[in-house]
Amino acid sequence: MVKLAEWQGKAIFRTYGVPIPRGHTASSAEEAEALTRAGTVPLPCVIKAQVLAGGRGKGGAIQFASTPEEAGAAARRILALAFQGEPVRTVLLEEKLPIAHESYLAITLDRTLRLPIVIASAAGGVEIESVADASIVRIPVHPFAGLAAYERRAVARALGLTGPAARSLDALLGALWRIFLEEDAELVEVNPLAQVGDGLVALDAKVIIEDDATFRHPQYAEVRDDRTPLEEIAREKEIAFVQLDGDIGVIANGAGLTMATLDVLQQFGGRPGIFLDLGGTDDPAKVTEAFLLMAKARPSAVFLNIFGGVTRCDTVARGLVEAMKQVPPGDRFPLVARIRGNNEAAGIAILREAGVTSLKDLKESVLAAVGAARDARPAVAP
Amino acid sequence: MTVLVDAATKVVVQGITGHQGTVHTKQMQLFGTSVVAGVTPGKDGATVEGVPVFDGVAEAVRATGANASVIFVPAPFAKDALLETVDAGIRLAVVVTEHIPFHDMLTMYHYARFHDCRIIGPNCPGIAAPGAAKVGIIPNVVFAPGRIGVISRSGTLTYEIVNGIKEVGLGQSTCIGLGGDPVVGTSFVDALPLFESDPGTDVLVLVGEIGGTAEEEAAAYIRDHFSKPVVAYIAGRSAPPGKRMGHAGAIISRGRGTAESKLTALREAGCEVATFPYEIPALVAAQAARIARR
Repeated sequence: MVKLAEWQGKAIFRTYGVPIPRGHTASSAEEAEALTRAGTVPLPCVIKAQVLAGGRGKGGAIQFASTPEEAGAAARRILALAFQGEPVRTVLLEEKLPIAHESYLAITLDRTLRLPIVIASAAGGVEIESVADASIVRIPVHPFAGLAAYERRAVARALGLTGPAARSLDALLGALWRIFLEEDAELVEVNPLAQVGDGLVALDAKVIIEDDATFRHPQYAEVRDDRTPLEEIAREKEIAFVQLDGDIGVIANGAGLTMATLDVLQQFGGRPGIFLDLGGTDDPAKVTEAFLLMAKARPSAVFLNIFGGVTRCDTVARGLVEAMKQVPPGDRFPLVARIRGNNEAAGIAILREAGVTSLKDLKESVLAAVGAARDARPAVAP
Repeated sequence: MTVLVDAATKVVVQGITGHQGTVHTKQMQLFGTSVVAGVTPGKDGATVEGVPVFDGVAEAVRATGANASVIFVPAPFAKDALLETVDAGIRLAVVVTEHIPFHDMLTMYHYARFHDCRIIGPNCPGIAAPGAAKVGIIPNVVFAPGRIGVISRSGTLTYEIVNGIKEVGLGQSTCIGLGGDPVVGTSFVDALPLFESDPGTDVLVLVGEIGGTAEEEAAAYIRDHFSKPVVAYIAGRSAPPGKRMGHAGAIISRGRGTAESKLTALREAGCEVATFPYEIPALVAAQAARIARR
């Protein structure tokens, strides 16, 4: 999923006509000061860290200023922060508005209903998980009919809006719906949605674009996410690769088998560090790439668990043997293999020739991997 | 007896001239499936593995009487392929293609439903019933004819588990890989009644994963409507909690969706719950033996 930062979400809001406060981004204290001095951002203003993590208010990542000097100083403090491990590179400065009321409004997918759903609550500005069920309104929307006028009116009623504010909601919700469809969003969330005078303003914007739809939206394919550098390389090579805290590398194929493998490893005292999902590949070169990527993460041992369906065991074995030749001697690690399924015998034979035994039983092979990691750990220490 | 497919199933392969389409056409034939047609626009008149290729699904249906489709076309074109198959009158479509945007799948699902067409998938291994037909990509080697039904959200993990059932000397009635995407054509709850009414199935294996609430809904259905023994397994107990859909997603699930919540729900519904995948075959064998003694 492609999580957009607040300012990116608001840029989309502006394009679709969702009212947002006047504001501008800055990447230095000097820039922040200049923007407020020039009146590009009216004073008093709010300065917000542009990070993907939630709970910014509590972490000092949102501050207020009434003069250009204060704006610069606040920006300097925020830009020095690392928020849940994510350094702040950009701040968003926005005019501070007189807020009469804060609501919550979002559109997302309801997997069970297999329908988009509008979620609204008059209790906004707080984490929606903490809001009682009874004060949340959920309106499923049929994709063929679209968001009907009566449904938009129902949301306005739920938010307690009448007159001009209700009309403002009608237009705003229509725009959010178009964003959800046209931008292939998983989530379009406004929290808080502020009532300012007779109108409504989106004070925050949370937009998540679906990864699988980026072929239609190349502009989002480049958006930086919370991936590590190795995860980024894997993504480019279309290998599912996730880094955790442990030290055992796991190469498996398919999400379910990968998760099941991690479960068993954990149960028997192993700490999975990196997991890598080959998916259904028929290409030995891709297996080699994956294995070399794994070597870069310097695991203390690697457990390869493959059940060949689309993936053939001999393909995996061939790619693996090729990769083992390419790993520099200093980066080598113990390997425990379990390959089963399509062309199993051929795969096992190729591995045996290269000096790797493939175990048949899952529990037995997990125990072997945990043991290999334990034995290897002291050698890994610098 | 089998579920969804039988000896009268005649398969059209959409995307038959692609690598996957060709490989799995052969595998489906080796399984004993009647693959009657392939479709690739612009390749009318070709043959793949002895199967005639047509430009469109309607032409293929007219010429061959195909009544089930398996879709291998790339994600950007999968929606179009499914709409075409529904309009050609086919009422069972297995969508193997992965990475289909869920917005496309919403259209596919509701269009198919309006026309009484059942979708399995997307991003799924499909259906296999030993002795009858296979529509999809589950490896042939894991199967043996028998009376154990399998429904799963996983791919390879399903193969592993089905294979384990075979290794303890049992076989499968029908195995359906439903796929694990956010929007699926057929959920556990949609599939359960098919196995309840299938006289060929004695025991059902349900393989779930963390995320979403499909397993909790399945548990409620099993508790109220499902009379056969169920052996359940959930993958992902050790996975760090992720918020796939952010706050709005958390609202929909309201604390459900974790492995613990799913396991508890299934246990309370009377399912036998396996902690690890390698425990499933023995649990299934025990249930099968109990039924055999009756």
